[in-house]
Amino acid sequence: MIELALSPAVRTALAELLLTMADDEFVSGFTDSEWTGIAPLLEEDVAISSISQDELGHARALYQLLAGVLADGRDEDAIAYDREPDAFRHARLLDHARGDWADTIARRFLYELADEARLASIGDGYPPLADLVGKLQREERYHRMHLVAWIERLAHGGPESRGRLEAALAAVGPDASSVFTPLAGEQALVEARILTRPVAAAEAAWRADLTGILVPLGLQVPHAAAPSAEGRTGHSESFRWLWGEFTLVRRSEDGATW
Amino acid sequence: MVMTAPPRELMAADVIAALDEVPDPEIPGVSIVELGMIGAVTVGADEVTVELLPTFVGCPALEVIRESVAARLAAFGRDVRVDVSFATPWSSDRISPAGRDKLRASGFAPPPPVRAGRLVPMLDAAAVPVACPYCGSPRTTLDNAFGPTQCRSIRHCADCRQPFEAFKPI
Repeated sequence: MIELALSPAVRTALAELLLTMADDEFVSGFTDSEWTGIAPLLEEDVAISSISQDELGHARALYQLLAGVLADGRDEDAIAYDREPDAFRHARLLDHARGDWADTIARRFLYELADEARLASIGDGYPPLADLVGKLQREERYHRMHLVAWIERLAHGGPESRGRLEAALAAVGPDASSVFTPLAGEQALVEARILTRPVAAAEAAWRADLTGILVPLGLQVPHAAAPSAEGRTGHSESFRWLWGEFTLVRRSEDGATW
Repeated sequence: MVMTAPPRELMAADVIAALDEVPDPEIPGVSIVELGMIGAVTVGADEVTVELLPTFVGCPALEVIRESVAARLAAFGRDVRVDVSFATPWSSDRISPAGRDKLRASGFAPPPPVRAGRLVPMLDAAAVPVACPYCGSPRTTLDNAFGPTQCRSIRHCADCRQPFEAFKPI
């Protein structure tokens, strides 16, 4: 068992990293699956549903790795569905209600690029994660393509679509850097080569990437916020509602599986 | 006197030949071997181990495939272990020439090759046209990079005017 080779400090830090990555994918996947059946175009209904399905699959694979690291008897379903809302560690950026289409595109665009910078920071220190990330990156590039195309379309789509996009970016922008909330065990992860760079360096790469897309479109890049320890805690009422939705089957039927 | 040949030792090739009879649950005309989903196969004295490479991380057909593999290999009378692995990431370049022909016969355009450096090779259709699986015309356009399953996209043929599904290059 490869998990046994990890020191207690690295194991704790790795569990924290996996939980944040998995919760981000899980909550964003569930939030955007709310569009299935009601997206603004039929083709987009297919696309956003497929992206959401990808993210839930990624969450499952990450929760499975987490279950192996924690080795506390819980499987991926127990981790995903048997926690109280306050135990979730998704970023505040993903703690918003679905909103209108511009809100969804703004939030998901900021998140997809942030996730890409985070995946690019994963080193080979924990091979099961490095292997999984290699596969995730192949899938995520389709998400990036799709979200960048939507940002361009809304930016050029006339006063109403541009106005809504600007308002949406302004609304979620202050929370955008929450994906890069510092991890308590970051130093241990860098030393173990599970991370190749500190979270702040990934954030800087993300900001440069965002700038390269938003500035040519004349759109405001979200301001850099001081790192907040609360970037992944203190969830909104809209998340509590979503939690009620995604745990409903599990709470109604003990032992229900994916 | 009838001479009976001694039982031949089980080889990895026998296991792969057996797995070539296991269809993809969503496209039954193609086997999981032809789709490139089988990685390393190890035959031990008591156990057969198969590395299964999911096409997509969240593929909902994966459990069905895993059960089909175990059921097919049970005939060899040894313990069967199926390891889902990402150590070799599945790529659409793993689909065999026979698999590509069978995809086309089932109405799915096989994926263009994934080339290094392209963000999304699907958008490079001018360089590598995706032919319509119905009429063979190269005059097709991408309608939607996403499709009814994670591994497919939707295209349209300008000649026979049919929408069709194409495997995502990944």
